[in-house]
Amino acid sequence: MSLHTNTLKQLSTELKSKSVSSVELTRHFLDRIEKFDGDLNSFVTVTKDHALAQAKQADELIAKGKAGPLTGIPISQKDIFCTEGIKTSCGSKMLDNFISPYNATVVEKFNQAGAVMLGKLNMDEFAMGSSNETSFYGPVSNPWNTDCVPGGSSGGSAASVAARLTPASTGTDTGGSIRQPASLCGITGLKPTYGRVSRYGMIAFASSLDQAGPITQTAEDAALMLNAMAGFDAKDSTSVEKDVPDYTADLANNLKGLKIGLPKEYFGGGLDSDVGDVINAAVDQYKKLGAEVVDIELPNSGLSVPAYYVVAPAECSSNLSRFDGVRFGYRCEDPVDLEDLYKRSRSEGFGPEVKRRIMIGAYALSAGYYDAYYLKAQKVRHLISDDFKKAFEKVDVIMGPTSPNVAFNKGERSDDPIAMYLSDIYTIATNLAGLPGMSVPAGFANNMPVGLQIIGNYFGESRLLNVAHQFQMNTDWHTLMPDVFK
Amino acid sequence: MEWETVIGLEIHTQLATTSKIFSGASTAYGAVPNTQACAVDLGLPGVLPVVNKEAITMAIKFGLAIGAEVSRHSIFARKNYFYPDLPKGYQISQMDHPIVGEGSVDIELENGNTKTIGVTRAHLEEDAGKSLHDAYDGMTGIDLNRAGTPLLEIVSEPDMRSAKEAVAYMKKIHSLVRYLEISDGNMQEGSFRCDANVSVRPKGQKEFGTRAELKNINSFKNVEKAINLEVLRQIEVIESGDEVVQETRLYDADKNETRSMRSKEEAMDYRYFPDPDLLPVEVTDAEISDIQDHLPELPAAKQARFEKDMGLSTYDAAILTVDKDLASYFEEAADKSGEAKLTANWVIGDLSGRLNKDDKTINQSPISADMLAGMLKRLAENAITSKMAKEVFEAMWNGEGDADTIIEKRGLKPADSGEVEKIIDDIIASNPDQVEQFKAGKGKVMGFFVGQVMKASKGKADPAQVNKLLTEKLK
Repeated sequence: MSLHTNTLKQLSTELKSKSVSSVELTRHFLDRIEKFDGDLNSFVTVTKDHALAQAKQADELIAKGKAGPLTGIPISQKDIFCTEGIKTSCGSKMLDNFISPYNATVVEKFNQAGAVMLGKLNMDEFAMGSSNETSFYGPVSNPWNTDCVPGGSSGGSAASVAARLTPASTGTDTGGSIRQPASLCGITGLKPTYGRVSRYGMIAFASSLDQAGPITQTAEDAALMLNAMAGFDAKDSTSVEKDVPDYTADLANNLKGLKIGLPKEYFGGGLDSDVGDVINAAVDQYKKLGAEVVDIELPNSGLSVPAYYVVAPAECSSNLSRFDGVRFGYRCEDPVDLEDLYKRSRSEGFGPEVKRRIMIGAYALSAGYYDAYYLKAQKVRHLISDDFKKAFEKVDVIMGPTSPNVAFNKGERSDDPIAMYLSDIYTIATNLAGLPGMSVPAGFANNMPVGLQIIGNYFGESRLLNVAHQFQMNTDWHTLMPDVFK
Repeated sequence: MEWETVIGLEIHTQLATTSKIFSGASTAYGAVPNTQACAVDLGLPGVLPVVNKEAITMAIKFGLAIGAEVSRHSIFARKNYFYPDLPKGYQISQMDHPIVGEGSVDIELENGNTKTIGVTRAHLEEDAGKSLHDAYDGMTGIDLNRAGTPLLEIVSEPDMRSAKEAVAYMKKIHSLVRYLEISDGNMQEGSFRCDANVSVRPKGQKEFGTRAELKNINSFKNVEKAINLEVLRQIEVIESGDEVVQETRLYDADKNETRSMRSKEEAMDYRYFPDPDLLPVEVTDAEISDIQDHLPELPAAKQARFEKDMGLSTYDAAILTVDKDLASYFEEAADKSGEAKLTANWVIGDLSGRLNKDDKTINQSPISADMLAGMLKRLAENAITSKMAKEVFEAMWNGEGDADTIIEKRGLKPADSGEVEKIIDDIIASNPDQVEQFKAGKGKVMGFFVGQVMKASKGKADPAQVNKLLTEKLK
C-alpha cells in the first residue's frame, strides 16, 4: 500500500469516495510510525487508541455524508499544544508528567473538523532551539540523512511529514520554528500572520512572536489545514477578529505580473552558495511563470537576531515562571523549604538552553538594564516592521532562502549557541514584524533539501499559498521523499 | 522638637465583578478551596488572560468620581516574582500607563475644615491566592479561589498629616467605592485593605523623612493604631540619634506592633514589562461619557439634595450620606412616612444608637425602612405619643411585628383631652403650694406639674398638649 505518498487533498478525496476508510488509513500511518519512528524519534507520544476511536467516528460521519475536507484525515500535533487527557510535554522533563485537563483551541478545531490525531510530536524543549537537540526526549533525525538534524523547534513535525509518517502536522513558529525545519526536511511549512491562529492552549515561549501553522507536503494541503486552524478566538486577546477566507480559493490564480522582492540582505555573505543557487533557480522559475523581480532593501534586518534574542528570552523568562513545582509538572525530591523547592525543581526540570534563555531574559528585564535592552529591542522591532511596510508598497511577496544552509550534523552546533541562533537569521524578522511566511521545497544542495522562503503582507496567506501552489504545479521538489521511508 | 507626620496610602479595593479580571471563574467569597479557580486562574500551561470589561468600567467610574483623567490607552504589565499563591509567577498589574490618572477627594477635618487629598493614580490588577499555613501540619496549603479577583489599587499623594486624616481619607474612599457600587468594601473579607507609607520630619522642614511602608492593615481602627505606633517608633529612633531605614513593615493587629519584613536592599526587582498576552486597553471618549452619564448620585450631590429638597440641616444631611445604605434607608423611610425631618431625627438618633449598641449595620437592622415609616406616620398624626413611639420602636426591634400590630396589641392610644383636663384640674387642686409658687413667678414649677400629669396619665397624655393646657389653667 502506498497510501502515504498521497497528499492530504488526495486522501480526502479517497476517503469521500470510500475507496479507503479512516480506520484503514489511520492503521496504515500507525504501522508506519511503529516501523520507522524508532530511527527518527519524531513522536513523543503515539495516541493509538485515541486515533482509532476518532477514525471510527470519522467513518460514521463519512458514511452519513457529513464529511468535511479533514474528516478522517490523520494528522499529528506538535507536543506544545495541550490535549485533554493526553501527556503534553513541550519537549521538557518539566512537563514529562503533565496530562493536560483541556484542549488547545487548535486541537479543538481539528477535532471539530473530524481530523484524527495520531500522536504528539517531538520538539526542542519549550520550542527553544533550531535543531530539535534540546528535547528531553532526545534529538529527532532528518529523514534525508539520519546523521543530520531536522531543524527546530518543530523538528518532529517536519521529520514526520517528510518521512510520510503523518500526512500533515502542526507546528509553531517563534523565530522560524515551522519554516526552518520545513526547509531542512524538504516539505512545506506556513507561519501565518501573528493573530491569525489562536494561541490558547499552545504553551507559550515568547507570546508576542509565537504563532501556530501547518506543516504539509504541499501548499494546497497547507491551505486545507489553515482553513481549519485560523480564526478569532475569544480566549486569546491577541487573535484578530477578521474573517477567515477559504484559503484554497485563490490557489489556481496565475502569477502574471506578480512582483517579487529580493532583499539584498538575504543573499549576503552568510549564505551557503549552493543554497543560493537553488534559490536563484527557483526565482527564475517564477519569472517563467510571469513574475517580475524587484531588488529591495530591508536595511535593519541585520538587527533582527540581536533584537529577537532580547525580546524572546525576556518574554520566556516570565512565561516559564509558572513551572515552579507547586501545582503541576516536575517537582524535586524532598524539598527542605520553599526556596529549595523552587531552585531544585527548576534546575532539575529545565534543560540548559531553556535555562540560558531564562537567564538572558531576566537580565534584560532587570532594573537598570530594561531601557538598554528590552526597550531598545522593541524600538528595533518597529524599525524592522517599517522596513517590511515600505517593501510591501513596491512588491507583492518577498523571497529568499529560509535557512542559510542545509541540515547540519547532529552535535555540530550544540556547543555554540550563537552559531545555532544564526540558523534563523532569515526567518526571525518576519516574527518580529508579525508577517506570514512560508518555506517551500525548491531543490537540493549536497543531497539535502533547500527551502525557498516566501514572505507575504499582513493577512496575505491566500496570496502566499497561491504563489507557493503555482510553483508546486510547475516543479516536483515537494513530491520527493527519502527512499528509505518509501 | 516638634514633629510632623507625612502619610500616603495605597488602598486595595476588590471590585465587585461577578467573574474574575482575566477569567470566567466566579469571584464569590468563601467557597471550598480551589473550587472557583479555572485553568486560567491555576496558571496552567498554555492558558491566556482575557480582560473582563466590567472591571475596566468600574475603574473608569472611580476615575470619574474623583475628577481624574481616565487613560484612553492603558497597559497591563507583568510584575514578576515567585510565591506559591501566585500561580503564574507574575501578577498582571499596571505600571507605566494606569487606567486612572491624577485626581483628588475632599475630607472633613475635626475642626470642621475641608482638606483636599491628592490621588496619584489608580490601577487595575489581579489578586493572588491565599496560603493556608495552619491547615496542614508542617505543610502549606494553597487556595486559589481569590487568584484573579480584580483589584483597584488607589495610590494617594503623601498629603495626610495625621493618622486621623488617614482614617478620614480611607473612609472617604470606602464610602465612594460603595456609592459607585464597584466594591462591597467588606473589610473582614479583605475586600478593602491598605498599605500606609509613613514618615516624620521636624515641623517646618521641606524634605520628607525616610519612610516605612506598613503592610496588611485591614480596618479603620488599625490604620490609626498602626500609623500612630509607627510615628512614635520613628520619632524615638531619630531622637535616640539613629536614622530611620527605608523598609517594609508588617502591622500585627494581635500584638499591636509593627515589625520589619524587608529592607530597601532586600527589595525585589519585579522586572515589570508590558504583558504580551493582552492588548492595550483602548477607551473612547464616547464610552467615558456614557459611563459618566450613568454614574450613581455621589455623596456630595446626595447631601445637597437632602438639604434642598427635604429641608434637612447640613449636619443631618452630612451624617445621613456618609454611608450609602444608610442614605437609602433614610430616603425610603422618609418617602414612605412623608416626614423627612422626623425620619432624620429617628434614623440619626434612636436607630443609629440601637444599631451601634448591638454592633449591627443598617442592612442588618431588624426594623426595615418600611416599618420605621409606618411608626413615624402614626407618630406624626398623633395616633401615638413620642413615649409610645419609643415603646413601639423597641418592640419592632424585638420582632413583635409592625407598628400598627404592636399599637393594636398593646392598646396604645393617647389620652383624650377631656381626660387630660380632668387630671390637670385634680393636680392643680391638690397642689396649692406649687400653684402659689408658679404665680409668684417660679416658672420652673411647670416641670413639676407636667411630670405629675404625665405620671397620672400613665404616659398616655401628649406632653405638648399637657403643657398648653397647664399654661392656660395656671394663669
